[in-house]
Amino acid sequence: MTPSTATAVASAITTTGLSKSFGDKVVLAGIDLRIPEGSIFALLGPNGAGKTTTVQILSTLISADAGTAYVAGHDLTREPGAVRAAIGVTGQFSAVDGLLTAQENMILMADLNHLNRAEGRRRAAGLLDRFELTEAAAKPVSTLSGGMRRKLDLAMTLMGDPRIIFLDEPTTGLDPRSRRTMWQIIRGLAADGVTIFLTTQYLDEADQLADRIAVLDHGKLVAEGTPEELKRRIPGGHIRLQFADADALESAAALFGSVTRDDEALTLNVPGDGGVPALRSVLDTLDRASIKAEALTVHTPDLDDVFLTLTGRSRSGDDAGSPKESTR
Amino acid sequence: MTSLSYAVGDSMTMLRRNLKHAQRYPGLTLSVAATPVVILLLFNYVFGGALTAGISGMSAGGGKYIDYITPGMILLTATAGALVTAVSVCVDMTEGIVNRFRTMAISRASFLTGHVVGSVIQTMASIVLVIGVALLMGFRPTATFLEWVAAVGVLTLLTVALTWLAAGIGLVAKSPESASNIPLPLQFLPFIGSAIVPTESMPTGMRWFAEYQPFTPIIETLRGLLLGTPVGDSAIIALAWCAGLSLVGYVWARTTFNRDANR
Repeated sequence: MTPSTATAVASAITTTGLSKSFGDKVVLAGIDLRIPEGSIFALLGPNGAGKTTTVQILSTLISADAGTAYVAGHDLTREPGAVRAAIGVTGQFSAVDGLLTAQENMILMADLNHLNRAEGRRRAAGLLDRFELTEAAAKPVSTLSGGMRRKLDLAMTLMGDPRIIFLDEPTTGLDPRSRRTMWQIIRGLAADGVTIFLTTQYLDEADQLADRIAVLDHGKLVAEGTPEELKRRIPGGHIRLQFADADALESAAALFGSVTRDDEALTLNVPGDGGVPALRSVLDTLDRASIKAEALTVHTPDLDDVFLTLTGRSRSGDDAGSPKESTR
Repeated sequence: MTSLSYAVGDSMTMLRRNLKHAQRYPGLTLSVAATPVVILLLFNYVFGGALTAGISGMSAGGGKYIDYITPGMILLTATAGALVTAVSVCVDMTEGIVNRFRTMAISRASFLTGHVVGSVIQTMASIVLVIGVALLMGFRPTATFLEWVAAVGVLTLLTVALTWLAAGIGLVAKSPESASNIPLPLQFLPFIGSAIVPTESMPTGMRWFAEYQPFTPIIETLRGLLLGTPVGDSAIIALAWCAGLSLVGYVWARTTFNRDANR
């Protein structure tokens, strides 16, 4: 494949057969990707799936053993300099200088991006303001919270005005509020036309942000599509009913037909998407039969379900092929 | 801008970063001068009397022990500076910032150049500090202006050589702790040379090692320039060592840094 300039939407990232091994451990076993310009792409997978390795290869940090990749129209191995000029990378671990202040970190980036003094200061001030870091600007980075460090990290990446941004697990370890802030920032970047390559362990994060999701498992892509396409393939959503005794469980199980039940926990899992109509129908059915459920929880598909469905086993590797869901 | 002016500009940016670190956290820089100063005090005031009596020529009223020991302590300052370089390079490598630098369109050499130039400046400042303390303790060099210039030149060459080696050590060390341990033998080398006592006083095997290791000709060159003792062929050997070590350190550090990020 060549950089698809001929197609309607130009491709920001194209890879063919990208492979990488560390010693005799195969980390990536032939990855094919085509990510259109201006889209948000999420690479979803558990720890050790090869997400970070993919980002490291595409951001010129390490070289692939085999395969080709074009980033921003440039061959990764032949023109790494041109690739670096077009990309920005924010990794899982804050790539900030802990001994400098937030402001000094921004100016360091301005200097390394060869901006003139006035332009560098103007852009640094703008980004610090946009990420609500102005108050923290004069503080040493080592005193900032995890969420603020992550925001500073991204702000530093943006000093270079990159067209393609790699975000390696941008919200891992952040509290829910910082996570939402980060999501807003990412959406804002995409709205400006920046291509986002995101890795995540969270299905809901990929669902919230991405135009397309690829699922990576043991160095192979096991599925790719829009969030809707993927979710349709994952029948993991269900409504869990908890009963007071075995009799109630027995009669309820007879009502719903295809269910999974746990006799010890006295629970019943009714497949369904967890929407209001599905919920009402379950409650109506119980009412008509005068069965009382003690508790009800709605379970939406998560990464475990994705992997259970797409790879035939759960993430932890146990439970293989078993229809019964592990209780968490 | 041309790639050369980028390389110079990026290196200056990295140098400013390192000097800012040094300025904000002066402890590390001061610790470079601390060891030689402590040893200077210890050897001059505690062991000095006994050592002077043992060193032939000196006990006959030929000179003061502080004059004999100071050139070696200046050298020790340079090796202590190398240790700091190794640690600070390693700290950078174990944190995410270097991977950020590597994904940016900047001069690849600038990261190491910034570290090395910064460390050389810091080490030279520490050397000035140590010489200052020695002067207060009665060190009386007889050097002319030109001899001082030559001495500074030799010391700069030595510091550059040790700093490039230390940068390589910092790159291969897995943790800042091991980065501070690996250069330790380097710190002991001046002692197994002519820093504290003349090599003639040592047993044959030790003496052979002491005379052929790189620090002895460098110490003898400094001693000659500052105090007018005979230099002989020490100067040319010292220069050859400095140039050789610089080249080895530079090539090693550069190739190590340019390898893949995963270590």
